[in-house]
Amino acid sequence: MIEKRCHSVTLDRPSCKGCTTCIRYCPTQAIRVQQGKAKIIDERCIDCGECIRRCQYHAKKAITDGFEMLENFKYKIALPAPAFCGQFSKADDFDIMLTGLKMLGFDHVFEVARGAEVVTAKMKELIHTGLIEAPVISSACPAVVRLIAVKYPDLMSHVAPLTSPMEAAAEMARREAKEKTGLKDEEIGVFFITPCPAKVTAIKWPLALEKSNINGAISIKDAYMRLAHSIDKIEKVEHLSVAGRSGVRWANHGGEAEALGIERYIAVDGIANVMEVLEKLEDDMIKGIDFIETLACTGGCVGGSLAVENNFVANSRIRRISERLADNAAPVPKLDGMYWNRKIEYKPFSPLDEDFSEALKKAARMNEIYAGLPQLDCGSCGAPTCKDLAEDIVRGKANETDCIFKLRERVSILAREMAELESKLPPSME
Amino acid sequence: MSEPLMVLHYDVDGTDFTVAGEASGAVKKVLKQLGVSAEVIRKVAIAMYECEINMVIHAHGGFIDVEIRPESIRMIHKDVGPGIPDVEKAMQAGFSTASQQVRELGFGAGMGLPNMKKYTDEMKITTEVGKGTIVDMTVYIK
Repeated sequence: MIEKRCHSVTLDRPSCKGCTTCIRYCPTQAIRVQQGKAKIIDERCIDCGECIRRCQYHAKKAITDGFEMLENFKYKIALPAPAFCGQFSKADDFDIMLTGLKMLGFDHVFEVARGAEVVTAKMKELIHTGLIEAPVISSACPAVVRLIAVKYPDLMSHVAPLTSPMEAAAEMARREAKEKTGLKDEEIGVFFITPCPAKVTAIKWPLALEKSNINGAISIKDAYMRLAHSIDKIEKVEHLSVAGRSGVRWANHGGEAEALGIERYIAVDGIANVMEVLEKLEDDMIKGIDFIETLACTGGCVGGSLAVENNFVANSRIRRISERLADNAAPVPKLDGMYWNRKIEYKPFSPLDEDFSEALKKAARMNEIYAGLPQLDCGSCGAPTCKDLAEDIVRGKANETDCIFKLRERVSILAREMAELESKLPPSME
Repeated sequence: MSEPLMVLHYDVDGTDFTVAGEASGAVKKVLKQLGVSAEVIRKVAIAMYECEINMVIHAHGGFIDVEIRPESIRMIHKDVGPGIPDVEKAMQAGFSTASQQVRELGFGAGMGLPNMKKYTDEMKITTEVGKGTIVDMTVYIK
């Protein structure tokens, strides 16, 4: 059977011990453990990478591209995420790290932070026009956009339909390369150096774009590995750090919001915190706010599951080094692809039943089942909580005896019955 | 009215402000599982949250029964609080019994009851001073 892949986050079956750690931390309850192995439910996964971070056996992986993909192109451009430069302890200058990155086989390095500046300028306009329902929610984190699309249908109208910094940077870098080299689009390879799996998914299976401008996604940790061996071989440091402070600081939580220069904003990071804020917004309990920055990873993009350095350390470095930069890079260029070109539909998880009355009956049954479960959320059944097991049972995907407590109850009843039977003698015997 | 296919019961603790909103949050989750439209979920969530908060602030808590039928969602909020002396006045947008001080903290904008009315299709308040209040709201499922 050929499975149609649509996520970057995936399971490395042999490494999985079936330990149930990942199921507890998945924000969309997208994982079950069945037959001793974790199983990701495609329609629920938002590629946030939380499971990658939590799995102590490293059985959760992100599918990214390898450096061999560079060979398919005549002119290769690296697009490092703003978080990239926070990864290295010794370098005190972004130019060193960017030159090192270029040496890994690229013809040019173009910072995504420059794309971030363009998106910032557009976002200012968007907030100002009032065309999007306030508060405007950032669309920079693709995991959050997916989260909203599956869980907060009513908030879609708040999400800024703007392209991401990496896509804006890709358009700028491509244009520049075409002018400089005279090459055709297909001869130019653009590679995003990514801190997270959600960005990989956004490139390979974009939600809001017909097609991404980017050819491949290489993880920061893969680039880091190679760079660690070659960074001391740099002979001449090139001047590649062009982005301004406002774009670079998008790497850290709060950076995107600060760049807007507005007062009334909320900056929330960490997927659980993001969900709390979205719940409040859904209940109409957030007033007087113009903009919400929502980042799935703790600390912002520096906290991505494909980054190497501890996010607090990387944050400090980026803050310090970026202090020397100008506010912004060159004047903001006009780009073709500033807006989403595909409408994002509300894609809720399948309801309990297509027929509403049936769904209601199942929900009622689900509550009854839940009432009879131990409510310890131990995870031994393979579902994250007793509520999720009850839901799986009414969906016909699990049994009540999957619960070890229920199973024990049944065994004990059976044992009692057997003991009773055993004591019964045929009337003919004394 | 037909028998509800599902009844959810919630006790609202009137001594802890941090748990206010738990019931409406739980109902929201159930409605999403049922595949109820986003618009209906929004109406129920907002109306119920407002009412739940009111129960905590004014009435020392109480309980909520949510009855779900194929055609509607009915929320019955009961408390044994002080009651509402003048319901008509309380229903006016901007009317509030909150002191200036409380208002400056962002509470008591006088939009609680008007918002509940706005977001529901039916609303009935039964109240007696010194005895308690029942707020009975229904949102239709189109």
